[in-house]
Amino acid sequence: MKKSSLFFMILCFMISGFLSVSAQNVHIKNATVITITGDDLEETDIIIRDGIIREIGKNLITPRNAEVIDASGKFVMPGIIDAHSHLAIERGINEVTHPVTAEVSMYDVVNANDVGIYRALAGGVTTIHIMHGSANVIGGQGATLKLHYGEDAAGLYFPDAPRTIKFALGENPTRVHGQGFNVVPRTRMGVEQIIRSYFDAAIDYRRNRTAYLEAKRRHEQNPRRNAAPEPVAKNLRLEVLADIIDGEILVHCHSYRSDEILMLMRVFKEYGIENYTFQHANEAFKVAPELRKHGAMTSIFADWWAYKFEVYYSTAYTAAILEENGVLNSINSDSPELIRHLNHEAAKAVKYGGISKNAALRMITINPAIQLGIDAKTGSIEVGKHADLAIWSHHPLSIYSIAEMTFVDGIKRFDRNEDADDMRLVVSPEGDYIDGFFESGRHHDACMQDVFYLFGGKEINHHHHHHH
Amino acid sequence: MKIMNLKRLLSAVLLLMVFNSLADAQITERAGFGKFALVGGNIHTITNGTIENGVVLINGHRIESVSAGNVVPEGYEHIDVTGKHIYPGFIDSGTRLGLIEISAVPVTVDDAEVGNFNPHMRAFTAINPNSVSIPVTRVSGVTTVIAHPTSGVISGKATLIDLFGYAPDSMAVKADAGLYLEWPTAGRRGWWDQRSEQDRTKEYEKSLRELFDFFEAAKAYHRMWELWDANPAGKKQPNRNPVLQSMRPVISGELPVIISVDRERDILNVLEWVKQFDNLNLILSSVAEGWRVASQIAEAGIPVLAGPVLSTPVRGYDNYQRPYQNAGLMAEAGVKVAIRTGETENVRNLPYHAGYAAVYGMGREEALRSVTIVPAEIFGVQDEIGSIEAGKRANLFVSDGDPFEVLTNISHVFINGYNVPMVSRHTQLYQQFIDRNP
Repeated sequence: MKKSSLFFMILCFMISGFLSVSAQNVHIKNATVITITGDDLEETDIIIRDGIIREIGKNLITPRNAEVIDASGKFVMPGIIDAHSHLAIERGINEVTHPVTAEVSMYDVVNANDVGIYRALAGGVTTIHIMHGSANVIGGQGATLKLHYGEDAAGLYFPDAPRTIKFALGENPTRVHGQGFNVVPRTRMGVEQIIRSYFDAAIDYRRNRTAYLEAKRRHEQNPRRNAAPEPVAKNLRLEVLADIIDGEILVHCHSYRSDEILMLMRVFKEYGIENYTFQHANEAFKVAPELRKHGAMTSIFADWWAYKFEVYYSTAYTAAILEENGVLNSINSDSPELIRHLNHEAAKAVKYGGISKNAALRMITINPAIQLGIDAKTGSIEVGKHADLAIWSHHPLSIYSIAEMTFVDGIKRFDRNEDADDMRLVVSPEGDYIDGFFESGRHHDACMQDVFYLFGGKEINHHHHHHH
Repeated sequence: MKIMNLKRLLSAVLLLMVFNSLADAQITERAGFGKFALVGGNIHTITNGTIENGVVLINGHRIESVSAGNVVPEGYEHIDVTGKHIYPGFIDSGTRLGLIEISAVPVTVDDAEVGNFNPHMRAFTAINPNSVSIPVTRVSGVTTVIAHPTSGVISGKATLIDLFGYAPDSMAVKADAGLYLEWPTAGRRGWWDQRSEQDRTKEYEKSLRELFDFFEAAKAYHRMWELWDANPAGKKQPNRNPVLQSMRPVISGELPVIISVDRERDILNVLEWVKQFDNLNLILSSVAEGWRVASQIAEAGIPVLAGPVLSTPVRGYDNYQRPYQNAGLMAEAGVKVAIRTGETENVRNLPYHAGYAAVYGMGREEALRSVTIVPAEIFGVQDEIGSIEAGKRANLFVSDGDPFEVLTNISHVFINGYNVPMVSRHTQLYQQFIDRNP
C-alpha cells in the first residue's frame, strides 16, 4: 500500500512536473486586478500567504520566500467557478433506477485523475460543482471541488461547502422513467406530483422518526416508565429530502421551460424551500420578474439552444434579460470542452444585450460562488479570501486572452511555461484511448450520460443526438 | 345615426391601426434590395489588402466597385459605416444547418438517410429555408455554409448555400458541392460507443472493404457508360443504376469527395487509398489529428476543412492546446486550410473557432482567409464569394471591430445583395421580453 502510493507520488512528479504542491507565498506584481466585487485596479500587487489573499495594493513589499511574478500588462481575475460540470467523475453520473435517488452522492465517485481537470485549469477555472445527471426528478447530491490536480479525491473537496442536490424537470425524467420504464412521470404533471409526494413522505418521515428517536431515548433512560416504541427505520432517501425542506441543502434544478420553472417555484414556496438555482433554464427570460420575486437564481448556457424541443424557444439574450430583472445568474459549461473557455462564454452576455463587462464576469465568478454557498471564501479578489485566481495575457473577455497561470488556494496548478504535452496523473489502458475520440462541447450529452444503454443502445446512432 | 357611423368608422380605423402595429411586430422586416453605398468603412477585401475609409457599391446581387475615398454616384442608398469594418461574409465549411431543426426530434432531422452508401442523397434537396437557426446564424456575419449529410459511409452530397432565400434554389451557391464520405474508423466514436475493440476492428475492416468495393463498382460503371457514350454501335445499352450514376461526377473528378476523417492512422489510410485514383478531387474534413501528419497531407496537396477548433484533445496525453493549434499547424506545413464548426444551431460561433485558431498559431490574417477566400477556392467558387471585389456576389458584413472578438457587434449583413434584416428568433424574444408586458 505504502509502496504503491509512493510510486503514485513519484508518477505525479514525473508526469505533471509539479515542483511544489504546498501553499506558496506569492507576490504578483503590477497587474490589472479584476476584483469583481470592487473596481478594477491598475498596476496593483497581490500578496498570497498560506493559500489566502493577504494584501492587495500598489508597490507592496515582497514577503520572505515569496515567488515573485511580474504581471505587468497582464490581468488577474478570480478563478472561474463552473456551477454545472460533470468532470472528474468515475463512469456513472445517473442512478437511473428510480425517479428519486436523493441518497446517492457525487462525492462517492470523484475521479481526481481526470485530465479534464488540468484542461479546465488551463482555462482559468479553480472550482467546479459536479452534479448528478438529469435522468431523475430528484437525482443525487452534488460535490463542490477545488481543482487541486495532483491530489486524491478527498484533496479536491471544497472544505465545508454546503450540500447540494440535483433536481430535473421536463423531457429527461419523463423520457427516462415515463417512456423508458413506464412509470410516473411521463409528463410534466407527473414530475410535479413526484416532488410533492416525496416531500410529503419526507415530512411525515422526519416527524415520525424524530418522535421515535425521542421515545427511544426516553425508553432507554427509563425502560420501566417508558415502553419501547415501535421502530421507525432510518431511510437515507427521505433523510436527504427532509434536509432539503429544512433548508440544509441547496437545490440545483435542471429545467428549461418557463411553465416548469413556475411550477417548481410554487411547490418550493409551499414547502418553504428558499435557496435554489435553476440550471440551464433556457426559458428563464420569460419569467424573469417571477424569478426575481421568488429570489430564485439561474445558471445558464451562454448560447446553447435548439438541440431538443424544450430549448427551441430560446434566446442568447437570456443573460441580459435576467441581469436587467435583477435575477442572480451564472454561466456554466456542463461540458469538458466549454469549461476551458468560460470567459468567452461570459463575453457573449455582453455581446447579446450589452450588459457590463463586470456583470458578465460576475456570472462566472462570484455569482456561481453565491449559488454554491461558497462566496465568503472564493469568487472575488479580496483580502482574506482563498487565493483562487488566474493570470491572463489580455483582458479575459478578449478572444486574444490566454490563461498563463492558475492558482488554487495559493498553489500554482497550471503554468503555461511549464505545460507539458502529457499531463495525465495516471496512465491506464482502461481510461486512455490511444485511438481517442474528441468532443466539441455541444455534442456532448453529459447530463444523460449512461442512460442510453438501458434502452438497448438504440439511441446511439451518431454523434449528433445529444440531450443536455 | 351619423355619429354612430363615425364612431364605428373611428373604432374600425383604430382597430386597424392596432392590428397593423401588431402585425408589424410579428412579421420580419423585408430585406432591402437594389443599389447601396457603404461609405466610410475600413474595407477588408482579404484578396487585395485593406482600404481605409473607402466605399463599397452594391448593385443588385453584385459588388459593383470597391474604392478608396467617399465619392458615391447618384441613385445609391447611403449607409454610413464610418469607423466600422467591412468583411466578406464568413463561410463555414462544415455544418448541418438547414438539415436539422431540433436534433432530439427525429421528424426534424434530415441529415442521416438509412443505408451505408448514399451518394445519390442530396443535402440540397432537404435544406429547410425556414429553419429558425438560419437567421440566428446570418446576423453573426456567417453568410454561407456547407451543409452536409452524415450517416453510413457515403452520406450523400453536401451543398453550399447562402443563408438567405425562400427556397434551396435561391440559396444555393453550388447545389452539389461535394460527396460526403465518413471514413470508417476502428476508434471509439465517443463515450457512448460501448463496442469492444474486437467488434470495432471487425466492423471497421468490413466497412473499408465495402467502401473499396463500392468505388470499384463506381469506376466500372463510369467506364461502362463512357464506352457506351463513345460508341454505342453493336452494344446493348446498359441499365441505369441511380446510386452508381450519382458517383460518375466523383469518379470523373468534377465533384470533390469530402472525406471526414480524424485519427492519424485513418488519415494516412486515406492518403494511401487515393493514390490509386487518377482524377479524384479530394478534400479532408474534420481532421482532428491532422497536425500529427501535416507534412504528409501537404505533400499530397489535399485541402482540409478543419474543425471544430473548439474541441477537446483526441488523446489523453495530448497537449491541451492541440485542437486550437491544429488548423495553424497544418497551414504552417503548407496545407490549404478552411475552418468549420461542425455545428447546426450554433454556426454563429464560427468567428470564435477561427479566432482560437488565430490566437493559437495560425495568425489573424490566415485565420480570416480560412473562413473566406480559402473555402471559396476549395469549392471552386472563388470568383463568386470569399472576398470583397468588384463583380463578386455581394456577401459581406459590417462590424464595429475585430470579428473574432466576442464583444464585437455586427450592424449590417448583405447576402447575395440583400440587405438582410438584423432580426432572428433570439433578437425578437429579447425585444419581447426585455420589458415584458404583462
